[in-house]
Amino acid sequence: MTKMLEAMLEGSVVSLEIFSLTLLFALPLALPVALGRMSANRLVRAPIDLYVLVMRGTPLILQILFVYFAPYYLFEASYDRFTAVVVAFTINYAAYFAEIYRGGIQAIPRGQYEAAKVLGFTRADTFFRIVLPQVVKRILPATANEVITLVKDTALAQTIGVAELFRVAQNASARQFSTTPIFIAGVFYFVMNWAVSEAFLRMERRLEYYR
Amino acid sequence: MSVDGAVDVVSVEHLSKSFGDLRVLADLSFSVHQGEVLAIIGPSGSGKSTLLRAITHLETATGGSIAICGTRILDDGVYADKATLRSALLKLGLVFQDFNLFPHFSVLRNLTEAQVRVLGRGAAQAREVAVALLEKMGLAGKAAAYPCELSGGQKQRVAIARALALDPQVLLFDEPTSALDPELTGEILEVLRGLAAEKMTMVVVTHEMGFARDVADRAMLIDAGLIVEEGPARELIDNPRNERTRAFLKRFSRSGRT
Repeated sequence: MTKMLEAMLEGSVVSLEIFSLTLLFALPLALPVALGRMSANRLVRAPIDLYVLVMRGTPLILQILFVYFAPYYLFEASYDRFTAVVVAFTINYAAYFAEIYRGGIQAIPRGQYEAAKVLGFTRADTFFRIVLPQVVKRILPATANEVITLVKDTALAQTIGVAELFRVAQNASARQFSTTPIFIAGVFYFVMNWAVSEAFLRMERRLEYYR
Repeated sequence: MSVDGAVDVVSVEHLSKSFGDLRVLADLSFSVHQGEVLAIIGPSGSGKSTLLRAITHLETATGGSIAICGTRILDDGVYADKATLRSALLKLGLVFQDFNLFPHFSVLRNLTEAQVRVLGRGAAQAREVAVALLEKMGLAGKAAAYPCELSGGQKQRVAIARALALDPQVLLFDEPTSALDPELTGEILEVLRGLAAEKMTMVVVTHEMGFARDVADRAMLIDAGLIVEEGPARELIDNPRNERTRAFLKRFSRSGRT
């Protein structure tokens, strides 16, 4: 029993790593994607539109397989599975986050830009000091949704053999002819997402000082 | 140039602006002199707001010329380079109909942010300027408040203070009382009266005929993107010469908004 729990703890660490690294890379990457998608320049917009279309239009599980196996079939290059998982998750989630950012940015009234312009703010100051802080407040609930989904999606890493929590639980379950490990995994995801929800609620509350 | 040879604060010549096929400003020429209050009146959709927005470069003019304190920012339909444009536009302050305060900043920071980021003032000096202006606007106790905690009239006073904090040469008002409940318009008109008494140069697009008549030095009626009549405010509103001015003012007195 302790051995099983130990293994599951290790698996949960892998899940947490996938989760954290994906957020670390995807959250910032989504910003240029969102801005590019709003660009007036079609040459900038078109490839980004296609990227978002593909990322949202195909299963994540397929994207994981593609990211890992495509370099092998094309160049006979193989690389670390864990890295492949993080890359696949990052490019997939960046597309979703970008759409959330875009919605948030476009919801900022034009008057904010106009007031900033009349007051002489540079475009960079206008975006980073006036627009973006207001965007963050607006997109927190939608972002929480996506982050919660990410916690559960980490289970897909097992597609290319990364021993994350759910894979470990399934293995243990098969060995012991028992569903207990899978149930324990379920509790882990639940607790993890409880923490995520709580963290987002706190951030929302911290930004409640203005409307 | 005005009569006494001083440089006009704003000088507009043959200004035109079209949105596609729609001609909003046809061919406008006028000047704003140092220390005067110019009221711009006219029916909805006449181009009054677009005129202010063209002067402040929120809209791109289609043709004509604009000079601010002697600096040409628009010369026969061609805009000056970015640096010239930017420094000249800083001499203008614009107060919007719906305030456009920054909701995530406190009242104080609404007033200090541009001073620090745009004018490069030190934080202490910016704060001093802001506090003095808030006091002048009767908002001394509201420095730490956020815009959402203020009434419409208070918001508009903060917006006026925010514009004044950058020491503009002229303040432009785009229907500053139109978004306010009727009982709140008085406090804003009072602020404008006070600024007029200090000889602040102002251009006010307004539907408040009583205010235009009593406070403005000059009034200008715009209709269909053209200046229909221009003259001393009291005279223009009390004894309009032009038939269209008469018709416009008549509609106003009947709807009881004067």
